[in-house]
Amino acid sequence: MIYLDSAATSLYRPAQVVEAVCRALTTLGNSSRGTHTAALTGARMIFETRQMLSNLFHGDGPEQVVFTANSTESLNMVVKGILTPGDRVVTTVMEHNSVLRPLYEMERQGICLEIVGTDDLGRLDMAAMRQAIDFGARAVFCTHASNLTGNINDIRKIGGWCREAGTLFVVDASQTAGIFPIDMQEDFVDVLCFTGHKSLMGPQGTGGLCVRKGLQVRPLVTGGSGIKTFDKIHPLQMPEALEAGTLNGHGISGLKAAIAFIQEQGMDTLRIKEQNLAREFYQRAQDIPGIRFYGDYSVMERAPIVALNLGDEDSAEVSDWLAREYEICTRPGGHCAPLMHRRFGTEAQGIVRFSFSNFNTMDEVEATISALRNY
Amino acid sequence: MPRVKRMKVVVTFPSTVQALKMEQCCKRDGLDGRLIPVPKQISAGCGMAWAAVPDSKTALEIMISQEGIEVEGVYELLL
Repeated sequence: MIYLDSAATSLYRPAQVVEAVCRALTTLGNSSRGTHTAALTGARMIFETRQMLSNLFHGDGPEQVVFTANSTESLNMVVKGILTPGDRVVTTVMEHNSVLRPLYEMERQGICLEIVGTDDLGRLDMAAMRQAIDFGARAVFCTHASNLTGNINDIRKIGGWCREAGTLFVVDASQTAGIFPIDMQEDFVDVLCFTGHKSLMGPQGTGGLCVRKGLQVRPLVTGGSGIKTFDKIHPLQMPEALEAGTLNGHGISGLKAAIAFIQEQGMDTLRIKEQNLAREFYQRAQDIPGIRFYGDYSVMERAPIVALNLGDEDSAEVSDWLAREYEICTRPGGHCAPLMHRRFGTEAQGIVRFSFSNFNTMDEVEATISALRNY
Repeated sequence: MPRVKRMKVVVTFPSTVQALKMEQCCKRDGLDGRLIPVPKQISAGCGMAWAAVPDSKTALEIMISQEGIEVEGVYELLL
């Protein structure tokens, strides 16, 4: 099997991630629920992972790192936790439904939503973004990279505009966390939402958000916190304020091992390898008859994704054929990115997305190109 | 062996993250002590506290200040 769907979830993981999860399954008590050996083993591991994530994103410290199940939960938490009816909010056509649907939900409750578009290559209209921010907004929700095209947004520039205007800047780093440098201070990010199972290479069911100190996010869920048991209201202290119930300690153990792997290998080394694989694939695929690409491939700094179609062929048929005939795993259809597809006019056809991991090889790229030539 | 109660300095925190930061800093600086459940004399309602011998109170307070650890209170209790 050749797995080229790492933008959906990482299948290839460092061995230490698997070992960490297995070890955690038999050694971890419930973090922050008592001080016996097993509970403290869990609490210390989770605390250290918070520290690693805060350092990775240059956040405001471990107490500002909140664990969730995935980016979708993180984004829902922020959208519903900082917006109120009457707010003007800016987002982009590059967003995933994990951003768009919660925003549409809030739109029905009275927020005013402006959606900034892209050019024909799927690049964000930065002039329109600047204008939308200058017009005055409570918050900007912006993806770091399109999950469909791999195009990267200049979050430092957008963040700078937001900071000048007094607008909150929320970044969806689902496709970039762990593999692209993100600096919450330098990029002026107020909330960074991430998932653990994609470019971070941790287990599914891990994710979180890093919140700038001082920013209050109303909780989506309340309940057990391990502290202040007899209070009727959920604690306001971070991170407990946004973490009701038992955390996924077993998964977080794997995430911790994955971050350690990234640090050992070097984020730049891993990213450049992934980008080279994607670039090689793109270049070698160019002369396939009828092929059409989506995204800006003129720049190196892009997520390791190649989005394409073969003539007018249904993306689902192409992807299914690759899976059935060659055991090559790709993602067809809409990718939960409805506005980006509308922009490209591919709502009916969909797009076949090839996404690369640093565990893929040039031989796999070559085999996939050969397969595509046979379609 | 029957349990013997001794005087201890007990530090409480607004969140468990601060308690774990305390433990990490104490280990790093070679200050003895350990995490315990918050004693009922301070607060009924779970959470973690740092317990150490009373002699270390000054050293702990200096470290808390230097590291910016958020604490709720510092107590001396017979535990």
